[in-house]
Amino acid sequence: MANELRLSKKDRISVWWRSTFLQGSWNYERMQNGGWAYTMIPAIKRLYKTKEDRSAALKRHLEFFNTHPYVASPVIGVTLALEEERANGAPVDDTAIQGVKVGMMGPLAGVGDPVFWFTVRPILGALGASLALTGNILGPIIFFVLWNLIRMGFMWYTQEFGYKAGSKITDDLSGGLLQDITKGASILGMFILGSLVNRWVSVKFTPVVSEVKLSKGAYIDWDKLPAGAQGIKEALQQQAAGLSLEPVKVTTLQANLDSLIPGLAGLLLTLLCMWLLKKKVSPIVMILGLFVVGIVFHLIHLM
Amino acid sequence: MDLNIIQIILVFIVAFLAGMEGILDEFQFHQPLVACTLIGLVTGNLVPCLILGGTLQLIALGWANIGAAVAPDAALASVASAIILVLSGQGKAGVASAIAIAVPLAVAGLLLTIIVRTLATAIVHFMDAAAQEGNIRKVEFWQITAICMQGLRIAIPAALILAIGAGPVRDLLSSMPLWLTDGLAIGGGMVVAVGYAMVINMMATREVWPFFVIGFVLACISQITLIGLGAIGIALALIYLALSKQGGSGNGGNSNTGDPLGDIIDSY
Repeated sequence: MANELRLSKKDRISVWWRSTFLQGSWNYERMQNGGWAYTMIPAIKRLYKTKEDRSAALKRHLEFFNTHPYVASPVIGVTLALEEERANGAPVDDTAIQGVKVGMMGPLAGVGDPVFWFTVRPILGALGASLALTGNILGPIIFFVLWNLIRMGFMWYTQEFGYKAGSKITDDLSGGLLQDITKGASILGMFILGSLVNRWVSVKFTPVVSEVKLSKGAYIDWDKLPAGAQGIKEALQQQAAGLSLEPVKVTTLQANLDSLIPGLAGLLLTLLCMWLLKKKVSPIVMILGLFVVGIVFHLIHLM
Repeated sequence: MDLNIIQIILVFIVAFLAGMEGILDEFQFHQPLVACTLIGLVTGNLVPCLILGGTLQLIALGWANIGAAVAPDAALASVASAIILVLSGQGKAGVASAIAIAVPLAVAGLLLTIIVRTLATAIVHFMDAAAQEGNIRKVEFWQITAICMQGLRIAIPAALILAIGAGPVRDLLSSMPLWLTDGLAIGGGMVVAVGYAMVINMMATREVWPFFVIGFVLACISQITLIGLGAIGIALALIYLALSKQGGSGNGGNSNTGDPLGDIIDSY
């Protein structure tokens, strides 16, 4: 086979870059089909020279396709390998190519959504946001750079993996590695979610539970302190010795809750939201509702 | 504050990028953290917009496009609220009210997304026709048109807000009473829970709940940063995977009673 048709590395890089725009013409009829055809064009140009062949190839790749945009890359790789064989005369028909695409897109979407949307993005997002809230510009930069390094690397290597493994990829992917990644990601995800719920869901109750008048000697008696710096020094020493700053000890509802475990109210709110979601309450309704609750509770001095 | 012409063009470009990314979901220009910061950067309001972006990001953590479903539109919410924050000239003080505006906008953006996705259905029919002719350039042209349409989805509303100008926006924001903005800020602290709840519902199984508990309790130790927590999480995941494999091979041939202590006693 002297003049066998092969896709060069440059073609594959071009396909990889175009796969960035996979969802560009997302539509309710065939979903990612336009972007898929657009992605395949460098390969079609290389492999098919006649107008009829090109037309057939374009039509073949305008069929229905939809998966998570990043895990489409291994499917693209496999399809490239199949197209290459077909162009070289192997009996790969349209149904085989469409079958591989459809067969892979479902299970892969099941990996892509939890790993990228529900583990990597919330973690990097929360990390970036926590820096941004303190006015640190590194927040968005870290988020943007890390995310795109992970994404671009993942898309290139899985596309190459798919291209080299050809149609065997579905067998490889059903093996243990994929399961490990999914499970590991959900463990990490749940762990981080637990800490995020604690740190970032802020529910603060203001009502005062008790006001206890402290006995004499348990608080700093400001009137009896010497004037000037000497007085400040004395006050600090008394505070260090455990004396209260105020003659009345105020305990808020929040302090009571926090003494159980900090973040308890936030946890309960999160569990309530999960329950409501399972009851098919729209997230939008819940978001707007929580704003209303915030305003009302603030007005009645509960928060 | 009023923007000069170069700033307006830059804001328009950022809005366009955010709109594209709202559908592409690749570079993440539509995430509040990035979009708000970029708007802040080009308008010289970096720090307030950065804080707005961080706050919105926490609310939007769980928003994702899954299958055919569309999440609330982070792109429109971030771009529009950042522009409003900049125009109001309130700086950091305006963040709470900007967030209050962002959430309804996210819902409105949802409608725009659905409209554009429906329009895109027509575009793929043009692609079909181009494919029939074997015309590669035409297929590419329509793909790019569709992407630009998504960009304009955010860029046009952004331009509208800019066209209305700083005056009305500032009046609107300053007419908001204090109880309202404070209440909204309190609500904003709680709204985050909805995003987490969505994510947890997707991932939670009996097997991984204990890790949630560990994470929750460890987070009480405020000295551990998020990076530190991430490291612990990765370590736990690796340990769990390694141990569950050992358990699997060890129990393969043996009597698998699920009671390790009982097994040890039996073998004595």
